[in-house]
Amino acid sequence: MSNFQIKKKPTVYDAIIVGSGAGGGMAGYVLSQAGLKVLMLEAGPFYDPKLHSFQMLPPWVSLRRGAGTTRPFGEFDAAMGGWQIDGEPYTAAEGTEFHWFRSHMLGGRTNHWGRISLRFGPHDFKGKSYDGVGDDWPITYDDVKPYYDKIDVMLGIYGTKEGLPNDPDGIFMKPPKPRLHEILIKKAGQKIGVPVIPGRGSVLTEDLKDANSGRQKCWYCGQCGRACKIYGDFSSSSCLVIPAQTKYSLELECNAMVREVLTDQNGQATGVSYVSKDDGQEYQVMAKTVILAASACSSARIMLNSKSSRHPNGIGNSSGAVGKYLHDSTGVAMGGIMPSLLDRKRYNEDGVGSVHILSPWWLDNKKAKLDFPRGYHIEYWGGMGMPSYGFGFGVQGLNGKYPTKDGQTKEAGGYGASLKEDHRRFFGASVGMAGRGVGLALESNYCEIDPNKVDKWGIPVLRFNYKWTDAEILQAKHMQETFQEMMKAMGADITWGIQGKETNYGLEAPGRIIHEVGTVRMGDDPKKAPLNKWCQSHEVKNLFVTDGGPIVQQGDKNCTWTILALAMRTGEYIIEQKKQSNI
Amino acid sequence: MKRRDYLKFIGVGSISAGLLLESCKSDGTDAKPSTTATNPAEADIITAGREQFEIDRDKQLLGETFFNEHEMATIAILADIIIPKDDVSGSATDAGVPDFIEFIVKDLPEHQVPMRGGLRWLDMECFKRFEKAFVDCTPEQRIQVVDDIAYPAKAKPEMQAGVTFFNRMRDLTSSGFYTTEIGFADIGYIGNTPNTYTGVPDDVLDAFGVKEMNWG
Repeated sequence: MSNFQIKKKPTVYDAIIVGSGAGGGMAGYVLSQAGLKVLMLEAGPFYDPKLHSFQMLPPWVSLRRGAGTTRPFGEFDAAMGGWQIDGEPYTAAEGTEFHWFRSHMLGGRTNHWGRISLRFGPHDFKGKSYDGVGDDWPITYDDVKPYYDKIDVMLGIYGTKEGLPNDPDGIFMKPPKPRLHEILIKKAGQKIGVPVIPGRGSVLTEDLKDANSGRQKCWYCGQCGRACKIYGDFSSSSCLVIPAQTKYSLELECNAMVREVLTDQNGQATGVSYVSKDDGQEYQVMAKTVILAASACSSARIMLNSKSSRHPNGIGNSSGAVGKYLHDSTGVAMGGIMPSLLDRKRYNEDGVGSVHILSPWWLDNKKAKLDFPRGYHIEYWGGMGMPSYGFGFGVQGLNGKYPTKDGQTKEAGGYGASLKEDHRRFFGASVGMAGRGVGLALESNYCEIDPNKVDKWGIPVLRFNYKWTDAEILQAKHMQETFQEMMKAMGADITWGIQGKETNYGLEAPGRIIHEVGTVRMGDDPKKAPLNKWCQSHEVKNLFVTDGGPIVQQGDKNCTWTILALAMRTGEYIIEQKKQSNI
Repeated sequence: MKRRDYLKFIGVGSISAGLLLESCKSDGTDAKPSTTATNPAEADIITAGREQFEIDRDKQLLGETFFNEHEMATIAILADIIIPKDDVSGSATDAGVPDFIEFIVKDLPEHQVPMRGGLRWLDMECFKRFEKAFVDCTPEQRIQVVDDIAYPAKAKPEMQAGVTFFNRMRDLTSSGFYTTEIGFADIGYIGNTPNTYTGVPDDVLDAFGVKEMNWG
């Protein structure tokens, strides 16, 4: 007789939360703080930046000097996983492309993210009303503003009050001081009419109001991507899940890969089933409320895989919209050398690991007669950063172009003491920029279940269908033109990134910017959207989604701060609904 | 380790007997510093915060050998031609660059064929000119060949394979050197430490004429 069995856990929880990233972490924090009995399931291992971060390891302790062999953003990056995970494939429909970055670990991708924390603005929530493109959200900026305010104070964010119409100010700590290249970029922006403002990032440049947060002020190592041992920046692991465990009795089950949401004969959610990666066993665990926060695509996958006679298209999917309207940010990048920074004076300018400056979208599409809707913001980099694998590569493409201090022009390439001088000369002279813009939420861009493929746990996998449209490609063209103009105004020579029509002007493939959202959108009409404006399933009242899935249409802003605000709002709504015994 | 000590370990299967005999005849007087000072071991593998497959992979790679002794000897000499000791800092081999190169080609296999083939190309080129492997050439002979492949814009077309190899060797040597303590000191990187960033120093702001544009 086979000993295969499904183990049922005895406890019935008030809420189960699937996923521990920004949305799951915030929902778990809010609900457990309110005294609810909450179980959080995370598909990857436990991770605490205090114990597990690679912060301040020098490159020589890495056998590969930090090369990105097993981690796409380098060996010391805090994201386990990446574009491909062994045994957990995904596919793309012919002629389409999508890259899916997954990080199965406590805190998910918030351990390594750029901490660039931007509110969506009034236009972003009501884009269709402004320019007729896409769909409006069922809520406005004013509905979300109180939650943005709360998370600003709770989690900490730096920035400056600018009074911009669609880039709302928050409750800011002081911004980090600019680095030299950033001042020069701002100066160049003034010449050509591209605004450059201090950055906005969730890094503690001042003490948090909550003196018991266990978090310390930033120590300016510039390594937020490695996760912070002193909790000086926002990660869901360090700032939400671990505090909720220690202060509010949140229960956490790691290495728990959820298959589906379980339902009763009325179609209401009763819990979830999962496979434990620790013991390979199958489990079922019950709850009065189920909250999916597994990431936009993973939550859509779980819903589509949760089929029953009441939910033949997957749970909460009578609209058929689950998986649809998938959209990532656009991305174009360019880099080069600033000759004015050759042979520069040395000092420590690691700064914060988030952005010190950014250019918010500055044009009125109608007035500027642009041939694409919406816009993008620009992020910049440069400086005397820590060398790692790749440092000094391609010097033969540079050292013949720039005369030395003594006015001597060298033959490109070379070796010896002269080469060492060149490496010193070019250190800290590289600069670059990247645009992050609006990708449109389209019904025709979606993920669905691939009927022919399962992962190693037997869970049917996602098949992506995604194509950029003219809206994104023409926006990328505009980025190309702006960046080239900006580099010229900076007095910089472009060394990479100039691309033309045949490569979509350098537009990154869908998914590559890792801002994928929209797959379980909110909307007032149950026929068109799976969720109501509280991120609650229209048809399964005790099912919620609190990751990037509910986002109707992203703005030219990174999505994490909005995921956090919406998750807090939904958490408070759930508490209220439970008080009224509605769920 | 002296150069001739490397030569004791040349694998016979890896290079022609003729080259090997030539090697044995040579009387190396040019001293070769050790590359084994930083030879990585299993104890150096980072474990905290990593996935098990990453740790297992490192162990496996450390247990494998890619370059033979002759190739390693060639890499060491080339690395020190590319990054020699100068007034500011030590050499590539002082910084353990050959051991880094041995590891990185195992870690990133796309380097393997170009590196192995490039090293053999170099030996064949030296053999054509001097009837000796690169390691057995005099320093002057080595530089004569290196000069023909180190400058992409002026290299002769028939040297292109060597140019491509030398570009890669220069890349790996540079990265391997500047990611060490010796390299940090050489380049003047002084971060990676807790501090408070106080902005651009005044004299630098003045030099760039941007004092009035500072903020924060």
